[in-house]
Amino acid sequence: MTYLQRSKFISPGTQMAFPAIVGLLFFVALPFGLALILSFYQYRIGSPQSPEWVGLRNFSRLFADDAFRRALVNNAVFALVVVPVQTTLALALALLLNQSFRGRTFFRTLFFLPVIFPMALVAIVWQLIFSPEATGLANSLLSTLTMGWWEPTDFLRDPRFALPAIMVMSIWQGCGFQMIILLAGRQGIPDHLYEAAEIDGANRWQCFLHITLPGLRNTLIFVVLVTTILAFRLFDQVYILTQGGPQNATTTVMFETVRAIFDRGQVGRGSAMTVVFFLIVVSIAMLQRKYLREERELS
Amino acid sequence: MKPLSSPPLWYRILGYGILFLGAVLFFGPILFMLIASLKPDHLVLSEAGSWRAFFPSEASLDNYRSVFTRVSFVRFLLNSLFITGTIVAAGLVVNSLAGYAFARLPWKGRHLFFLLVLALLILPFEAIAAPLFYQMTEMGWRNSYQVQIIPFIANAFSIYLFYTFFLGLPRELEESAMMDGAGPWRTYWQVIVPTAKPAFASVAILTFLLHWGNYLWPLMVTVGDTYRPLPVAIASFQTLPPIQWGDIMAFGVMMVAPVMVVFLWFQRWFVQGVAASGMKN
Repeated sequence: MTYLQRSKFISPGTQMAFPAIVGLLFFVALPFGLALILSFYQYRIGSPQSPEWVGLRNFSRLFADDAFRRALVNNAVFALVVVPVQTTLALALALLLNQSFRGRTFFRTLFFLPVIFPMALVAIVWQLIFSPEATGLANSLLSTLTMGWWEPTDFLRDPRFALPAIMVMSIWQGCGFQMIILLAGRQGIPDHLYEAAEIDGANRWQCFLHITLPGLRNTLIFVVLVTTILAFRLFDQVYILTQGGPQNATTTVMFETVRAIFDRGQVGRGSAMTVVFFLIVVSIAMLQRKYLREERELS
Repeated sequence: MKPLSSPPLWYRILGYGILFLGAVLFFGPILFMLIASLKPDHLVLSEAGSWRAFFPSEASLDNYRSVFTRVSFVRFLLNSLFITGTIVAAGLVVNSLAGYAFARLPWKGRHLFFLLVLALLILPFEAIAAPLFYQMTEMGWRNSYQVQIIPFIANAFSIYLFYTFFLGLPRELEESAMMDGAGPWRTYWQVIVPTAKPAFASVAILTFLLHWGNYLWPLMVTVGDTYRPLPVAIASFQTLPPIQWGDIMAFGVMMVAPVMVVFLWFQRWFVQGVAASGMKN
């Protein structure tokens, strides 16, 4: 009886949250749980054999694999370069755009424009820019800027330049997004702080150092977190332009994962990579948490 | 309020200098694509190294015509519009309802499931792409519309954005509606939805930007043209012989043009939407 009574009335809150929770459980939590389990098995998609328990072998093989180790290094290098460069650039643009001057909206629009470009299209446009001929846009621009010293380079097939080329296009596409977030953060800093500092005789640099940076602290941490995670998600550009080459110079964790599960049907290996990827993301997020908490304790 | 003293002249000149340099770097590739799409193919590469890269010599719309005869561009465009549109529309309903339930209503499991939402908040899609691909294979969903839509409707980040927005709304509005005898559903539709328009706009734009450019997932789950969206279509068009850079750039312009028009029209909303994504701290 009580069971019937209870099942007759489902509270509106449960009704409202139900579709979202089912979706999250079935399409996010379940596959993630599946990855945790399958990372301990060996199994091929479409194979008649049932999954075989192999313990940690998928993981030990992963870390013994040169391509995967290189992928981790590439992702880390990408993050170490792109995060500071892109954040600094975005911060500079945001602070410039925070001043009132004619054409402000125009510039903001312009800097944001690449954000609405799908990464696949960005990769293809930049492939043309990086074309290997001496008459390619990037090659002739560099040649002009260095007064002929620059030798025409096949950027995307040269192990030295392939990853930097991908970094450049990624910064181009992602910078506007960060700029908008930082601009909003800057506008959240009250004006009276700057007025007080000016009365005290602080110059612009001191204002930046002692008001703007601390005021943007949480926004900056957020932006750095998102960009770092983004660096580890790197895939589209690599798949379209270089297929991880030359000599694994541009391979990434996601590229290796897709190769494992999509090209070779190795479910166990792909799942193990998923778990590694997840652990990286969690550690980055925990670092952010730590810094945010310090901030809260201070205030 | 007293305005801050105006910056010195050298500072203004430096600022404008950086802005103009930035404008050239940010807009250059876009202009390059646009101009290349208007040129006959043999000029695209040969003129790329001079100022003529940004000058439409022998301009025509031939490349655009060529795209339509070589591939089913309209099909790809409609696929992208349908997939992204459905995710956005269904996502707004599903996630805002959940956000409201978490923010305002008492129900069993509320705290437990909120922890789930928080835990999934930082989980990027890439972390589940491989097992989800396997799961979809087992379910026989590959190469369809639903495989590109249904897994993405419920979204922890959207729920969280709605949740924080609803928390910030004054309770009086809802209380007076409840006094008039409205239940939670009617309160939601008649009071919450109209007042939360900015939150809906933000979530809609963020969801749209995320899924319109999605490449990894449709690459994994679609085969052939039928269900293929634009990003995968342009990547395969780019390798379709004969390689015609003019055609490829025309494809690119047509792919981004609809979004650009919407963006320029609703720019304020785009900017607010993106800014909202950083407000959670």
